Amino acid sequence: MTDFAEIWSYLSQGPLLWLTATLAAYALGDACFRAAGRSPLVNPVLIAVAVLAVLLWLTATPYSTYFVGAQFVHFLLGPATVALALPLFDTLPRLRRAFLPVMAALVVGSLTAAGSAVAIAYALGVDGQILASLAPKSATAPVAIGISQNIGGSPTLTAVLVILTGITGAVIATPLLNLLGMKDWRARGFAVGVTSHGIGTARAFQVNPTAGAFAGLGMALNAIATALVAPFVLSLLP
Amino acid sequence: MLHALVLILMCQLLGEALARGLGLPLPGPVLGMVLMLGLLVAVPRVVAVIRETATGILAHLSLLFVPAGVGVVGHFATLGDKAVAILVAVVASTVLAIAAGALTFAAVARLTGAQDD
Repeated sequence: MTDFAEIWSYLSQGPLLWLTATLAAYALGDACFRAAGRSPLVNPVLIAVAVLAVLLWLTATPYSTYFVGAQFVHFLLGPATVALALPLFDTLPRLRRAFLPVMAALVVGSLTAAGSAVAIAYALGVDGQILASLAPKSATAPVAIGISQNIGGSPTLTAVLVILTGITGAVIATPLLNLLGMKDWRARGFAVGVTSHGIGTARAFQVNPTAGAFAGLGMALNAIATALVAPFVLSLLP
Repeated sequence: MLHALVLILMCQLLGEALARGLGLPLPGPVLGMVLMLGLLVAVPRVVAVIRETATGILAHLSLLFVPAGVGVVGHFATLGDKAVAILVAVVASTVLAIAAGALTFAAVARLTGAQDD
């Protein structure tokens, strides 16, 4: 009989093990989310990431080995972004009517996201490259990384900050907007999409289909707006 | 499902090619989304072809961020001694931007009469 170590070393080299682990960890996170009555504080992504990080640490598996399996899930981000055209198409008549609120919320949301982040970090003694890495964090990851490179930031740090911003938005959006008494699902979704891109959009789809569609729109528009807003905000620094 | 996947991947491929070819600052998939939206408007028949598959992919959109999230855990060290300041900036700016964006949307919708159904 083959011993466990041998089976492990065989399985750990292929994509199957970590692909299965990624899906299982997310299924576990989703089960916790449902068991908690869909509480926004129990975030399935956060749970899955924590479980997998502990597993990788316990088994001394490098991220590159993990990614051999996880890349199949990661790849679907592209097609999923294209698929967002469908909910957008479904809400087109309502989008046309909401043109002015959409544009106003885009300008205010995008400026607040980049401006307040840079201002707060600057006030707390952060400077230079880190501020430039922070400015584009509300845009979807590939856009934010590109902008960060253009304005003298660190692409790796920006990638970290983009994910942190997404998870923060996904966790706080529902309690925050309930606290503000916000009842317009278009406004709720759009603000979340502008601020916390795809992770926020995914969360918005779990809450309400209208919020999800407007979040997708917010994410797409802020990908464009951030390219202008991030260098502008940095230029305001003394 | 096959035809839906072909259409979705072709939009993404075209988006990537255009973004590279024209040196646009937008990522390929975002351009692909714009192309797909154009296709749906121009040829409404496509809606029925992609609906089931597109809805299926979007139903588990959160899952797709897990691999990138796991990568972030290993990079916490890059935050260095400014970690607390950066975390405060990220959390506070996210709260402010969601609140400001949603309040602006609702206020302008009320002012311009752009109410929902």
